[in-house]
Amino acid sequence: MFRDISIGQYFPGESSVHRMDPRMKLILTFSYVVMLFIAFSGPSLLVGALFVIIAYRVAGIPVRLILRGIKPIIPIVIITGILNMFFVEGKAIFSFWVFSVSAEGVRMAVLMALRILCLIAGTALMTYTTSPIALTDGIELLFAPLGRLGAPVHEIAMMMTITLRFIPTLIEETDKIMSAQKARGGDLESGNFLQRVRALIPILIPLFVSAFRRAEELALAMECRCYHGGEGRTRMRILKFSSADVYSALFMAGCVAAVVALNRLGAALWAL
Amino acid sequence: MDIIEVRDVTFGYPAMDGAMPCAPVLRGVSVKIAKGEFVAVLGHNGSGKSTLAKHLNAILTPTRGTVLIEGIDTADESRLLDIRRRVGMVFQNPDNQIVATVVEEDVAFALENLGVPAAEIRRRVDEALNDVGMSKYARHAPHHLSGGQKQRVAIAGIIAMRPDCIVLDEPTAMLDPRGRAEVMRTLKALNKDHGITVVLITHFMDEATQAGRVVVMDDGKILYDAPPSQVFSHVEELTAAGLDVPQTTRLCYELRKAGFDLREDIISQEDCARAVARLLG
Repeated sequence: MFRDISIGQYFPGESSVHRMDPRMKLILTFSYVVMLFIAFSGPSLLVGALFVIIAYRVAGIPVRLILRGIKPIIPIVIITGILNMFFVEGKAIFSFWVFSVSAEGVRMAVLMALRILCLIAGTALMTYTTSPIALTDGIELLFAPLGRLGAPVHEIAMMMTITLRFIPTLIEETDKIMSAQKARGGDLESGNFLQRVRALIPILIPLFVSAFRRAEELALAMECRCYHGGEGRTRMRILKFSSADVYSALFMAGCVAAVVALNRLGAALWAL
Repeated sequence: MDIIEVRDVTFGYPAMDGAMPCAPVLRGVSVKIAKGEFVAVLGHNGSGKSTLAKHLNAILTPTRGTVLIEGIDTADESRLLDIRRRVGMVFQNPDNQIVATVVEEDVAFALENLGVPAAEIRRRVDEALNDVGMSKYARHAPHHLSGGQKQRVAIAGIIAMRPDCIVLDEPTAMLDPRGRAEVMRTLKALNKDHGITVVLITHFMDEATQAGRVVVMDDGKILYDAPPSQVFSHVEELTAAGLDVPQTTRLCYELRKAGFDLREDIISQEDCARAVARLLG
């Protein structure tokens, strides 16, 4: 039952998006999110949607993956849409009792839905095309300047790496403990919610005990391999910006400029 | 030259409440290990063999006595990295000693910690993976490997540091027979081809017979320290210390007891078979 969990799902590939520097991908993803939030007209959001579609095509990630990523958030999209429809004030085009739907509200609802969908698709693309280890590397290097101010950047990156490393191990362990409890008559699947939560206790306790034991052994093994924090550490893989990074940054800059221009244009048209 | 020198070491774990230390786990242990040796350390649970192993790269320091690694005292905390770079340690559970999510990244871990330049790391990682026969899996995720393969990755992570000695604390205890054979083959190749000193803590007799020298621990002391054929000739004493002897030795021992004329130092299966065949005429 835990096999379906996939955190930071990664689809290995050789596309130019895959080969981009993770730092650039982080920067671009962040810029993309900002761009979506400054885009408030239909045409400018379409630029955002176009950007993400082109990026998926270049990365060679099938479109159905976008749909899979979007599925869980559809309720959120619908709820935000409805709230926008009813609560944005403007010229009423339809009303009953105390509720009224304005044209402005419908427009906002559609824009908001589009914005959220782009947001999810855009950020998902980063995890789809970047291996967790490259992502951690990117985060560590990108935030390195904060380390000089005393932020534990290396420690956080190391924690992320170890977490990613141990997720499969602990999932396997959970499966084993569950089988062991079931073999001894433990009932994990029937009963009401409360009973099922209570049935988890005999699984969580051994899992925690073993996780702590693992942590202790891992710490010892790391010390034996001369780990002494981030100071004086080198890396095997050195990240380098390539021409693909430069082009994609320029493309992103172009899109942001288009969004700003279309915002102005859209606002002018709306005013008419 | 001795790579490891343990001089009259006594060690007791401190009690939980900081009161009187518990009964000592090591009681006056002295042993010297020369460069290039393959030493197996045997002993039943609680004999102090793991505690001794932990003294060899300064995870533990003696309560009394000294441990010298190439002349460096392990009690000298400022030389900690020098000691650990020279004596690498591999533990029982391969899952709990692999740090990274990709095999080659894990092998690079120690080198990154030591501040080795990137190009040199790359070279040494490839070499280390090649030495343990895991080059094919360089880009794999560790959790998809078998136990024996994981343990070989852990060994690669240590030998990438180019240590003079590796200490392995029951590295095969959690492996299936095939994994055990893989690890033993790897260790013997490292010892023979690269001259790396190997200290193998084990409770498998057949692994100990493959070593050049066997140290038997019992109750915090060294009971025997000799080549395997000599050590295993003490069948009764070993049994009393809670240890098994290899099946071949046991067979010859029983035959000798029954009045047959057999040499005392037979441990390999071939020798045993030949001796029995000769008896049968």
